[in-house]
Amino acid sequence: MNTPQGLKYASTDEWMKVEGNIATLGVTDYAQDQLSDVVFFEVTVDVGDVVEKGSIIATIESVKAAADVTLPATGKIIEVNEALANAPEIINSDPFGEAWMLKVELNDPAEVESLMDADAYASYCETRGH
Amino acid sequence: MFIPHTDQEKEAMLASIGVKRLDDLFTAVPDKHRFPKLELPNGLTEMEVLEELKDFSAANETTGDLVSFLGAGAYRHYIPAAVDALISRGEFFSAYTPYQPEISQGTLQTIFEFQTLIANLTGMEVSNASHYDGATAAAEAGVMAYHHFRGKRPQIILSHAIHPQYREVMCSYLCGYENVELSTGKTGDDLLDNPGELADEIDSRTALLVVQYPDFYGRIFDFTSLAQKAHEAGALIAMIVNPTALGLLKTPGAMGADIVIGEGQPLGIPLSYGGPYLGFLATKNELVRKISGRLVGETVDGQGRRGYVLTLTAREQHIRREKATSNICTNQGLMALAATIYMSLLGKIGMKHVANLCYQKAHYAAEEIGKLSGFKVYDEQPFFNEFVVKCPGNLEHINQHLLDAGFLGGFNLGKLDPRLKDHMLVAVTEVIKKEEIDDFAIALKEAAHD
Repeated sequence: MNTPQGLKYASTDEWMKVEGNIATLGVTDYAQDQLSDVVFFEVTVDVGDVVEKGSIIATIESVKAAADVTLPATGKIIEVNEALANAPEIINSDPFGEAWMLKVELNDPAEVESLMDADAYASYCETRGH
Repeated sequence: MFIPHTDQEKEAMLASIGVKRLDDLFTAVPDKHRFPKLELPNGLTEMEVLEELKDFSAANETTGDLVSFLGAGAYRHYIPAAVDALISRGEFFSAYTPYQPEISQGTLQTIFEFQTLIANLTGMEVSNASHYDGATAAAEAGVMAYHHFRGKRPQIILSHAIHPQYREVMCSYLCGYENVELSTGKTGDDLLDNPGELADEIDSRTALLVVQYPDFYGRIFDFTSLAQKAHEAGALIAMIVNPTALGLLKTPGAMGADIVIGEGQPLGIPLSYGGPYLGFLATKNELVRKISGRLVGETVDGQGRRGYVLTLTAREQHIRREKATSNICTNQGLMALAATIYMSLLGKIGMKHVANLCYQKAHYAAEEIGKLSGFKVYDEQPFFNEFVVKCPGNLEHINQHLLDAGFLGGFNLGKLDPRLKDHMLVAVTEVIKKEEIDDFAIALKEAAHD
């Protein structure tokens, strides 16, 4: 399972890449593996929305499940990856690259600091039942 | 095949939950109530039972015995014998839900054909596998619209000219939601208002506008500009339709409907005192993920052969659980099959022919009734096969007189609203003969002078 360094990870399986006070968000390799083939992706917030930490920002449907993507830290949505809705299978093939979902202007970058780093997340995934 | 538990298995299960005997599981039921004396009469032989049931049955009069002018949501149409003959086949009659596609291709294919026919008939892009009836289908349309806007638009406007029972059912479903306002638009003093009035109610808080085509009073309106107004405000519009009428009329799809729902009973399903009936729901591709109910899709198997399967199942509650938009997880398989056979037998030409007969006969009836002194037919607005008649006397008496003369009179609209006292909703279908219409007019005339 792939868990790149330099990213922060939420226990709900989102990753965040922070540059200054802008964060890019997606779901992890563990998440796409658990979901199996993704067939549908839809962002449920709009650019400009200020979204509270823990709120649902997107929905993923696979052949066997439907899952929500939540925002691990409060912020304003500044960009959405429009291409992903048309090619949701990229979530399976490139979860950390092409399958970035949106960019957020963080209210408080410290909120992201409290998320897990790569090693902590990797250990966390090992302890979970499959 | 039913394989009962062995005694050993039962003992092991009881031991596992710490119970000594099976009877101990029923201690909550007091001893004296466990085997009450039932005081049943002696059993009858099959011959005697048949006799008794025949007596019950003979106490009823059906639309087979009476000439019926009663509509208001369910209609007596001719059902070709082939419909019953085919749906009675064991493979169809008792087939269960096609969750296992590998052993249900027949069922799945018929549902797919049903969906295709409904989509074609309504002029929409996709239809689901059916609902219980028109009223619950309408409620599901409301649910779809609510979720389409993610609950941010609270208002659902119902034309006052939709079937009153549909309005009640929609409220049963939706009035309990937080932030949903079900409004019936502005009701003018003249209850038979033009639903164009609804346009004034639409704004950015509106999720859905619901109209009926033809409406509950039988009238036909072109909703194209109303649909445009709804879309300009960013709202959706749903149309409740009579499928028979679509054999003749412009489709709701052509008018810009986002969702089309209706009662499929006129398509080869008997009246049966209220059910089983058949709801249908069709929509545009962009709303397909919000659609409730089952959906059958066409695909290919691992060997490239065409096959059918339940699809987009992640919408449904057995996967999405509390996040599903609806908790419906069934369809009216046998009734959908009946409708599919009916539509296939009639074909496009037959459907148009039936619709035309209904239209022509209804207009003849309206003309004849209009000639009777004291009776006023509401024909300012075009109608399909139903129209309102204001009668010159007590409608209950008139309907009783009609019944004695062998007719089922039209629906008494006064039951719904005192302002429509003595107004009768008359329906005419292709099964009614010209002579029967003439006799009905005579009976009405006599009833009025009673």
